[in-house]
Formats: sequence, C-alpha cells, structure tokens
Amino acid sequence: MELTSEEKDALNGKHGETLQIAYRILVATGEATDAEKLIPIKWAHLSGVNYNTIGDSGEQFLRELSKDARVKVKATVNPMGIDFDHISEFNHIDDEFVKKQASIRDSYIRMGVEPTFSCTPYDIFDLPEKNTQVSFAESNAAIFANSLGGLKTNKESAFSALASAITGKSPYSDLRKENIATPMTIRMKMDNPSELDFGMLGFFAGKVGDTSVNISGVSQPNRRSCKALCGGMGTSGTCAKFQFVDNEDEKSEKVDFGKEEMNEVFDELNTAEKGDVITLGSPQLGLEELSDLSKMLKGKSFQKRCMIFCSRAVQEQARTLDYINEIERAGGEILSDCCTCLTPLIDTNETDAVTTNSIKGAYYLKNSTGVDVNLKPLSKIIEDETK
Amino acid sequence: MSKVIVQGNAQGKVLKSTNPINFLGAVDKKTGIIRDKKYDIFEKSMKDTVLVFPHGIGSSVGAYTIYSLKSNQSAPIAMICTKADLTVASGCALANIPMIVVSNEEFDSIQDGNQITIDTKSEKIFN
Repeated sequence: MELTSEEKDALNGKHGETLQIAYRILVATGEATDAEKLIPIKWAHLSGVNYNTIGDSGEQFLRELSKDARVKVKATVNPMGIDFDHISEFNHIDDEFVKKQASIRDSYIRMGVEPTFSCTPYDIFDLPEKNTQVSFAESNAAIFANSLGGLKTNKESAFSALASAITGKSPYSDLRKENIATPMTIRMKMDNPSELDFGMLGFFAGKVGDTSVNISGVSQPNRRSCKALCGGMGTSGTCAKFQFVDNEDEKSEKVDFGKEEMNEVFDELNTAEKGDVITLGSPQLGLEELSDLSKMLKGKSFQKRCMIFCSRAVQEQARTLDYINEIERAGGEILSDCCTCLTPLIDTNETDAVTTNSIKGAYYLKNSTGVDVNLKPLSKIIEDETK
Repeated sequence: MSKVIVQGNAQGKVLKSTNPINFLGAVDKKTGIIRDKKYDIFEKSMKDTVLVFPHGIGSSVGAYTIYSLKSNQSAPIAMICTKADLTVASGCALANIPMIVVSNEEFDSIQDGNQITIDTKSEKIFN
C-alpha cells in the first residue's frame, strides 16, 4: 500500500503514539484487503462499547487511549451492556460491571464521539449523500449502509473503525471500490416470509456468500424484515452487502434458500420450546417498529417479562409521539443504550431460555450469554405470550 | 508465504481449525478456549499455539477479543489464514501477533499438532 510522507511519518511515530497505533491498524487492514492507498471517510461507527464484550483489557486500553486520542470525523458508538437509568431494577448486576461500563462510556465521550450507544445509527441520523465513504464496524449497520443506504464501507472491525475515527481515513479496498466480481445469487424460495425468516435468510447468506450477495425472489420487505436480514447476515460471515434483484445474472452462481436450508438454520439456533423472558431488539427497534408494536399490543398484556431495546434517541421520539405508553401499559420494559446481544441484564441464574425474534440475538444469547433460545416471529410472540 | 499482514517471528505447535472463527462468540477471552460445539477445535485452547484457520467471521468486536487474549496471556503466538479479514488483521496488529496469509495448498499442507516456525522477514514457514 502506498502511503503519503505524512502518513509514513505518523506510522513511524513522529506524530505521537496514538496516531502510530491508528496507522499501524490501517496499514494491517490495508494489506489484508490489498488496498492501494488510504482515502478520507466522513463518518465512523464504533463497536467495542459493552464491558461484556471488551473486558478489562478493552476498558484499560480505551482509558489510556482517550487521554490523548480525539476523533477527527463524526463518530457514533454501539450499545453498552446496560441502561444506566434502570440499573436499580436489575439486582443481579454487580457494582464492578457498572463501574467498568461507566469508564468505557466516559472514555468514548472524552474522545469526542456522539453518545448514541446504538447499533442502528441509520435509525437516528439522516444518511449522507449516496456513495459517501464511511467506516462502520457494527456489522448490521455496515450491511444496512451498503445495501439500503447507498453508502460505502467495508465490514470494519472495532479497531479499524476506531483508527478511521481518529485519522479520518480508511484503506481503499473491496466494497469501497466500484467494481466487484459478480456476486452469488441466493434464491429466496419461501412465500410470505416473516422477519424471523428474513433473519434466517441473512444468516444463511452470510455463511455461503463472500463479500456481497444478490438476493432474488423477494419483494419489498418492510423495515423490520430488512433489519433482521442485516442482523442475521452480519452474525454468520464476512458478507457486508446485499442487493435485491428481479432478474438473475446468468454469470452468477445460484444457491436456493428453501424449507430445508431454513430448517437447518432454525435447528442450529432454536434450542428451547419456550422462554422465561422475551427480548425484542437486536438490532434495536426503530420508530416504525415501536409504532407497530404499540398497535399490536392494544388491549393486551405480556404474561412474562419482556425487554424491549431501542436507542435513546428513538425512545425520546417515540415518547413524544405517544407510542411508549401502550407498550409500558402492556408490561413491556423499554431499555436504551443496550441491546439483546451480550447484555448482563438477562440474569442467567434465573433464566434458562429466552424467547426472541432475532437471529443475531439468538446467536449471542446461545454462544455468549449461555442460555437456550426460543425463536418466534413477533406476531407469534404477541399471540402466545400476551393475554 | 503469500502475504505478511503483521510482522514477526514465532515457533510453536499448530492448532488447526477448518472452521472460520467468530472470536467474539466462540472464544473465551480469558482462557483462549473454543466454547462453540460446532467447531472442530471445540474445548481446545489457542494459548501459545500457532493458530491456523481459514479466516475470521462475525462480530467486529472480535478484534478486542484478540487483544484481550494477548493481555490475558492466552493468545496464539501467531496466526495463519487463507483470507485476511479486517477483524483478525486489526486485532493482531494491535496485539502484535504475527499474522500471515497463505494459499489453500499451503494451508492444506500444515498439519495440526506439528511444530512450525514462522519468520516473516525471510518470508519462510518451516513445517
């Protein structure tokens, strides 16, 4: 990769340790993706915020880095592990977790990020103009940005996006370029798919696809289904972009996603017949989804604990628009700044299984939180779990 | 040796997986043990091994897992992949773990459990 003399100086430590670390990361990721140069980016979305995911070494790293590092471009951040406004309702959360999570939060704020604590930046901000280069680490957000937002990003890592935030640059490679080889086409063979089916389609596509896939046989899915597709895809592979196509490209390799393929994904992630608690929101719910949910819950009440995750910005708008009252009346707990994935809010001493409609949530509940998962589409959750 | 992503030397025992690895979901960051039953190296520890696997998958936060493994002294001493993904490349860059990309043929020729020496300066792997 060609570096300018300024970039070489930074890599060699002439502009301090922070920039040296950032350029070391950019050079490694540039080499990894055969980039010829670094290019400017407009917006970085950072992952690595939840204490459960980055641990003590991550907390220490950010505390040290934030003494000097400042973001150079707009930077937003992923969810934390907890909602600080609701800690008192979760007796099992220990003080150590709260202290370390607060330290991580404060480190990011010191670096100058916008404290969004959301995996759905596309639900909070107007997106910049088409083809703008951004650097999104959260996989569902990167896939959404490339596939539905018309932006350009690779599926960045926590460190490559952080390096981009500090330098305002990213390696010019893969999905940032115009020409990529003809992607594989996934043929959707399921009729009337629910958002859960779209999540499974995404999980399957992420496994079989490379950097980008085409998807045929799908007509105008709603936003909930699109987000489920992005979430599922980001969990299982390296794929960071999809395109819905009407006509299949002759040159493209074709793979069917039918009943058999769907059952295989379902059996991998669904390990319980019922859950002790329900979680909605991975990715965090947007305004439209909260509006839908409040309508679906009219006159009904949850028969067990139901945690509903959305960003703080979306929660504030939803309160103004009066979507939240109905959800809270039905017993739903609205939580912000965190999400289903790797939240310690789920008490594993009291919870054997969780009911959710999220494939991404299911993967991390099972593999990281260590509970069983009962998968159902939202309509079925409302039917089975409310009265 | 096809490509050096992170420079360095290492000598140790190969731990080889044919599964792509989701570091956040599948690896215990304190011990380096694989905890996802679907992996062929389930319940094995990557601590002090030369970890040989196709590439990383899944969460971008896996880069922090690699950094944590190093801080907890449970990291592999080097990594060899057939495809360099951003999560593994950036995690190894920050943690100073030598990382190289090899061809499929070279990948196939590396045997689990064998001693291996990597020297990125001379661009050599000794089986």
